Amino acid sequence: MAHRWGMAIDLDRCTGCEACVAACHAENNIPFSTPEQAAAGRTNHWIRVDRYYEGAFPDVKVKYMPVLCQQCDEAPCEPVCPTLATYHNPEGLNVQVYNRCVGTFYCANNCPYTVRYFNWFDPVWPEPMQLQHNPDVAIRMAGVMEKCTFCIQRIKRGKDEAAAAGQPVADGDIQPACVQSCPAEAMVFGDLNDPESKVSRLTESSRATHLLEELGTKPKVVYLERGR
Amino acid sequence: MSGNANQPELLPYGKIREDLFRPLSGMTQKYFAAILIPLLIIMFGAYAWTVQLRTGMGVTGLQRPVFWGFYIVDFVFWIGISHAGTLISAILRLTDAGWRKPITRAAEAITLFALMIGGMFPIIHLGRAWYFYWLIPYPNMRLLWPNFRSPLLWDLTAIVTYMTGSAIYLYLPLIPDVAQLAEHSVPWRRKLYRMLSLGWTGSDKEWHSLERAMKLMAGIILAVAVSVHTVVAWDFSMAIAPMWHSTIFGPYFVVGAIFSGLAGLMIVMAAIRKLMGLEQYLTRHHFDNLAKLLLLMSILWLYFTFAEHLTVWYGNDPSEMAVFGARTRARFAGLFWLMVVVNFVIPFVLLGIRKLRSITSGVIASFGILLGMFLERYIIVVPTLSTTRLAAATSSSYTPSWVELAITAATFAAMIFLYLIFSKLFPIIAVWEFKPHPHEDEV
Repeated sequence: MAHRWGMAIDLDRCTGCEACVAACHAENNIPFSTPEQAAAGRTNHWIRVDRYYEGAFPDVKVKYMPVLCQQCDEAPCEPVCPTLATYHNPEGLNVQVYNRCVGTFYCANNCPYTVRYFNWFDPVWPEPMQLQHNPDVAIRMAGVMEKCTFCIQRIKRGKDEAAAAGQPVADGDIQPACVQSCPAEAMVFGDLNDPESKVSRLTESSRATHLLEELGTKPKVVYLERGR
Repeated sequence: MSGNANQPELLPYGKIREDLFRPLSGMTQKYFAAILIPLLIIMFGAYAWTVQLRTGMGVTGLQRPVFWGFYIVDFVFWIGISHAGTLISAILRLTDAGWRKPITRAAEAITLFALMIGGMFPIIHLGRAWYFYWLIPYPNMRLLWPNFRSPLLWDLTAIVTYMTGSAIYLYLPLIPDVAQLAEHSVPWRRKLYRMLSLGWTGSDKEWHSLERAMKLMAGIILAVAVSVHTVVAWDFSMAIAPMWHSTIFGPYFVVGAIFSGLAGLMIVMAAIRKLMGLEQYLTRHHFDNLAKLLLLMSILWLYFTFAEHLTVWYGNDPSEMAVFGARTRARFAGLFWLMVVVNFVIPFVLLGIRKLRSITSGVIASFGILLGMFLERYIIVVPTLSTTRLAAATSSSYTPSWVELAITAATFAAMIFLYLIFSKLFPIIAVWEFKPHPHEDEV
């Protein structure tokens, strides 16, 4: 049976440490921004930790949640791309084809989660960071849109290795960089088509919610949170 | 001075010919300067675009989440201006309103040039503009088609159709005039006019065919024009972004387009009247009628704007109210209320009060309306994008950079430039419309 990749993020375990953000940068050759560009709103974080503050000192509550591409089953970014640079693949992923993107920005405008990032310039890495590029991931040029891919290169490698070993992909074999790096083990990745997988079981949890569910995007990232 | 000041049709035909063909010969110093300055501005805008092409979209003020900015505002603005010709030429031709006669060609020229200018922006705003042709469905070895489900493809289809139709609609009534110019003294002009006149002899049969063709084109162009700005509006309303996803956008944008087109037309009319000495052809009567139409469109625009905002406010959806607040009370409030003043209050006063209605006040109101309609597009595009559903992703403010401003300035310069060239090549008023022709009894 075909895979259907999904993710669960346990907000009760998340500490907001942003190890996932750093790991994603390292894994996916995400270009560096500069302080000026960051001030102009041009950072590039395929996964980012959103913070919300409630109340006034000393009764401040901070809520934070990692937000990444939700790989929506009814993705609003897909129908609007005029060149089909973003489309839905058979494993449920929302795939971004860098070579096909002409940069109309329509997909980014239509994403309600604001998880799409644009390459405003050709990428730069301060010395010696260009030495740690991941050879499995393409480097994007200026003018191209990008976003979280659920580390599709790791999914591909996991499937290839399982096929070479003549085994099915086992639950937990494939982990995107963010999932792998989380010190609190707050993130789980797996096959939603496998009812025994950890992510499938967590999706059934009473703590499970989806972000902006009312929009009907059918996101495949489930957030676990005890009632507020 | 012969002829009634209010009825150019009563002037002797020979004088009409002379008056309207005179600008086609010779070039004054004033004209040379008038053409040089826009050309320089266009060249600077082109240079700005090359900087953007070489360096990346980062040279603009765009930023996450405001991914559409001045270029899209420019796009919608100029496509809107293009509705000048459609209203005057097509609607007034179909309703047989005689006062349209001296205005039709000038309006149709505005339409074609505005479309040429506006049509550049779907290319200019692209991150990888050199691949713009991937949106065109052409056979290729990789068997790739563009995505027809995308409103941007509908844009491409609609605008190309409208541009083709407008070119035809500008050209057809030009034929009898260039036929009359076929004996011009200057050789290259003679050649040009002879080629364009397609062997027109002015026979009954030819006039009959021409009238039928123009009536047909008028109907077609009207339908196409409505569809074009509806489709441009759908770029926004098909998106789920708050205060974009509105069913009223189609008609709202068409009304706004006609509104801004009329304002542009009034300015152009006043300019050519002054600069080409056409006071006997473009009379107060014409401007009075244009002013009344402009007033009507202003009221219609206000109605749509009010209906849109009232429903959002009453519905109280949190995502939409965030944008509503940004528009009317917070960051964009200054621009929003300025828009209301120049789009409605000032035109209502200057055009509605008969004592105040004049060519000058009409032009002042029109400049205000052009500003107001530019602001309206800005207020539709930017506040929605700035106010994300996930509040933590909301951005700092978007400000256009020098590149965007240079290119925007170049569009206005381009309009002036193209118009100046056109008015030196062809009579800006259709001469034959004043000729008593034999087929008139058939109408």
